[in-house]
Amino acid sequence: MKNITKLGAVSALSLIIGASAAFAENIKVAFIDPLSGPFASTGTNGLHQFEFAADYMVNANGGLLDGQQMEVIGFDNKISPKESLIQLQVAIDQGVRFIVQGNSSGVANALTEAIDKHNRRNPDSRVLFLNYAAVDPALTNDKCNFWHFRFDANADIKMDALTDVMAADENLKKVYIIGQDYSFGKAVAAAAVDMLGAKRPDVEIVGNELHPIGKVKDFTPYSRKIVASGADAVITGNWGADMLGIGKSIIENGFEGPIYTYYAAGSGITAAFGESGKGRIRLVSQGDINPIGSDEARELYKAFKAKYPDGNIDQSRIFNTIGMLSEAITQAGTADDVVAIASKLEGMEYDSMWGGKLFMRPQDHQIIQNMNVGVHTDENVEFDYDNSGFGVVTESTVEMASMDAPTTCEMKRP
Amino acid sequence: MTDQLTTDPSKPAQRMRAGSMTLTLAPWIIAAVAMMVMPLVFTNNSALTIMNQMSITIIFALAYNMLLGQGGMLSFGHAVYAGVGGFACMHIMNMSDFFESIPLVILPVFGGLFGMGLALIVGSFSTRSAGTVFAMISLGVGELIAACSVIIVAFFGGEEGISGDRTYAQPFFGVEFLQQIEVYYLTAAWVIISAALMYLWSRTPVGRMANAVRDNPERAEFLGYSARWVRYYSFVASGFFAGVAGGLFAINYEILTEENLNTASSGVILLVTFLGGVGFFFGPIIGAIAFTLLQTVLSLSTELWAFYAGTLFLATVMFFPGGLAGLIMMHVPAFKLGKASQLIVPYLKTLLPGAIGLLGAAALVEMTFHFRHAATGDDEMTIFWTTFNSHDVLPWIIAGAITLIGLGIARATAPSLKDAWNEANTAGGAS
Amino acid sequence: MDLILVNLIDGLVTGLLLFMLSAGLTLIFSMMGVLNFAHASFYMLGAYFAYQISIALGFWMGLLIAPLIVGVLGAGVERYGLRRVHQYGHVPELIFTFGLALLIEELVQFIWGKNQMPYDVPDILNFTAFAISGNSIPAYKIFMIFISVGIFIGLLYVLTKTRVGMIIQAALSYPRTVEALGHNVPLIFMGVFGVGTALAGVAGVIAGPVLGTFPGMAFVLGSIVFVTIVIGGLGSLWGALVASLLIGWITTFAKSYNIEMENVLNAIGIATPENLDDNIFRDFWSLTSPQIADILPYILMVLILIFRPAGLFGKRTS
Repeated sequence: MKNITKLGAVSALSLIIGASAAFAENIKVAFIDPLSGPFASTGTNGLHQFEFAADYMVNANGGLLDGQQMEVIGFDNKISPKESLIQLQVAIDQGVRFIVQGNSSGVANALTEAIDKHNRRNPDSRVLFLNYAAVDPALTNDKCNFWHFRFDANADIKMDALTDVMAADENLKKVYIIGQDYSFGKAVAAAAVDMLGAKRPDVEIVGNELHPIGKVKDFTPYSRKIVASGADAVITGNWGADMLGIGKSIIENGFEGPIYTYYAAGSGITAAFGESGKGRIRLVSQGDINPIGSDEARELYKAFKAKYPDGNIDQSRIFNTIGMLSEAITQAGTADDVVAIASKLEGMEYDSMWGGKLFMRPQDHQIIQNMNVGVHTDENVEFDYDNSGFGVVTESTVEMASMDAPTTCEMKRP
Repeated sequence: MTDQLTTDPSKPAQRMRAGSMTLTLAPWIIAAVAMMVMPLVFTNNSALTIMNQMSITIIFALAYNMLLGQGGMLSFGHAVYAGVGGFACMHIMNMSDFFESIPLVILPVFGGLFGMGLALIVGSFSTRSAGTVFAMISLGVGELIAACSVIIVAFFGGEEGISGDRTYAQPFFGVEFLQQIEVYYLTAAWVIISAALMYLWSRTPVGRMANAVRDNPERAEFLGYSARWVRYYSFVASGFFAGVAGGLFAINYEILTEENLNTASSGVILLVTFLGGVGFFFGPIIGAIAFTLLQTVLSLSTELWAFYAGTLFLATVMFFPGGLAGLIMMHVPAFKLGKASQLIVPYLKTLLPGAIGLLGAAALVEMTFHFRHAATGDDEMTIFWTTFNSHDVLPWIIAGAITLIGLGIARATAPSLKDAWNEANTAGGAS
Repeated sequence: MDLILVNLIDGLVTGLLLFMLSAGLTLIFSMMGVLNFAHASFYMLGAYFAYQISIALGFWMGLLIAPLIVGVLGAGVERYGLRRVHQYGHVPELIFTFGLALLIEELVQFIWGKNQMPYDVPDILNFTAFAISGNSIPAYKIFMIFISVGIFIGLLYVLTKTRVGMIIQAALSYPRTVEALGHNVPLIFMGVFGVGTALAGVAGVIAGPVLGTFPGMAFVLGSIVFVTIVIGGLGSLWGALVASLLIGWITTFAKSYNIEMENVLNAIGIATPENLDDNIFRDFWSLTSPQIADILPYILMVLILIFRPAGLFGKRTS
């Protein structure tokens, strides 16, 4: 009985997996992020941005090398590291050479190690890992490897830029730090304490708090503490429902100062904050949206909104990723030899349509770019988020942030 | 297996009665051979990885069924034993001096020991009662440990979990486990061994008493056995095998995270076991295979796989609570009477249109979802190898028609299937 | 001192919200022995329906109509789903509600998408009622307290002072006898299930603007509701109230005061080890009360189950 059912079931599997015949010569990019479950909206939005980037920037201009089209294939990892590793295998078997991922540093850590091991053990099917949003600093420090490239500023770089802006504020006397209790939240807190301490030793850190990630339904007790501490500003790395929760809660409960965040925009968060967050919420991010970085970017954004009226370009670095990858493929003259492509990618200088220059540091494969601190508002907003009329307007810019920051990466090159 | 109907010794089907060695050993040998042969059919690495995932789920589901099906104990936090076993194995992998001296093949034993250790502690107070109280304690303990896993970074590694490299162990007859195929054979061997051990456990006195305690604890006590201790032993044994599953997970994926411990994983294994059928030993095996296919392979084709999974579970509970195994075993009497062949034609007449009707309904669901949620201008969608525009009326009409006709035919031929079924299950008469 | 008052109010709000959810659940359990895993899903449906209605007709119509729809749906689930599965035993019933919870979550994503819905507090309530030393108490929270208390009083009145309530209470303990007396017990079951889910729906309507309306909201609240009714005692309405308030206050106070494990251990005489970063117990030493605030209810539940399995006010040990 067992064997018959097993055989029958697995033959169905073979039909589906075996049917993944290689599409004629497309350059395949695998997008491994959640497409179902609680984080599906962020993942799906990211996939749309990648697909659009491939179509608009590459395929519409005749493709790469001798006319090869770029194809982005979505793989649903359901935010699970185990599922990501399975989908990685599936992708590699389908002939993919470039893996992009960004939601969750936990998944990114799992993937970077798995890819390193795979490339070591299977030199004829190597892949590159283009990390577009996982900001745990360890990925370009202790856990760095030759195949991983990070296109977003890591948590330390972002904090550096944020604290530069905060340090310039003379009214700042007391700061409260709150974050999610995991590696990223701890990294943000540690960096904040460090950097504020160096730039403005007179500022007092009146609270440094971690709350369980994704579990807190009611942030009121936390916001009470924040108000009671007399803080002038709040720093948080929260994202998703936690960002929305803490933001709304502290505004509702009487906090009057600015809230410095990493991720308080897009995915319904901008719409939910709306008027209450105007002028209060600040975020550090890359890419100029308001005002837009270039006419080219403006045209692209309009075309994107035409195709996805409910979508947001809240991760313009996705377009940078595709742009730099295409450039590297063109320079290396091959879409298969990932060592050659990686060698071109590291050390590359690239002019981004979203404003400014990008530089991929060869020593740790961390990209260096301008960091903007923007404010949530409805004035001077050309491109809003969530069709809410509110968006993020750049207030100040740090050029080529952390270009000379140290790294503990000891990269082994093939 | 004990109901004897009138049999005809000249028919081979009816000669294979319970107790004969062929019947007992045959499935095991066939399964072992099938597992050895499978990689020759499915050669790519992703198929191997998926089959490994199936194997791990099989062991875990079988361990879970030791509690649920055989012991009647519903546990909502069983993933923690597999998780803790897995984490222990990862730490052993990272203790390079010790790890280099042992062959990788015995690593799951350590996982099992750690899982068993945790079960020893938790079982000491949770198995005092059965039923709802046990279920609630298991939920509480499960949530507690899962919540602690993010806090206690030293053992659980926080959000990134713990990772390691399996290739640094002592080579086993020259094999260093660099390739996925080698891991496959290791996992396959462990599946056969664990399943055999669990099956043998269910045949021992404590295994049989677990069944008795499940059905009537008071009466079991009158026989002189303590219901509480029987439950405890079952719990601990189940924890051991769950830990083995965790250890194999560690070998296969080389990373373990909080996800391995959380309530969602516990919920999944409950559904997997129930889907397969709790009343039979091989039920969880079928459930594990079916669910892995659903989760991994179906999710490649559609975003709505969880929706289909939920509907399937609901249908299972409402219409065939014996699970898939129950469905299969329903046919045993007919098979024994030699009349199973009578059912083939009626099945085709009813189930085939029914299946097509269901596929039509699925198409309608997919089209509705696409219509509502896809990007503007992204009108084309692909189902069943056809591409069409979801805003046109024609595809809707076709899909609707297929659904109605398919289900209509199935409904019309259902009475004749029922008759054929009754006929096939009645002894005597023409064959 | 002021902070204590503020925390009392906050804990009260949380506790009462939890009570609305657990009251329905515990009633359903005591009547039918079914632990309804999909209860939090009805809470979610209440929020979504109210959001949808409020777009067209406003918040107050949503508050009125959405729980009714949810109640009818709940009654339907009982009549056509649960009743059918009841014959197979307790485990299939549980798994049915489990699968139902999964299905409802998928359905919600199917219809409304995966993003958070902009379901907001109505403008008429969107102001600060009063402030205690800088901490504002939003008027909406006061509204929540009033509604919850009102419902509790209403429920208590119906159950203890009206004839229907008497019949229900009798059917809670002796369904067969009540049936023999000529009452339509299956109808009562259906009604209780419907009312229980409607209560969850009301909780959803009220909590949606505050806790967020997104597909994961049922999962987030689901297990804590079970913990509540277990601590309070399965089947006891008073138990549900006491347990909800207890959990609401414990979690609020734990989060408000940063009690550090290090200080506690030092106070009982265990000195901090020297090299904390390498110590294998470092996580334990650096624990603070906000970190463990949300798992305190689980610890409490396990303790109660070990020492008093019937719960604080439990009537029925099944």
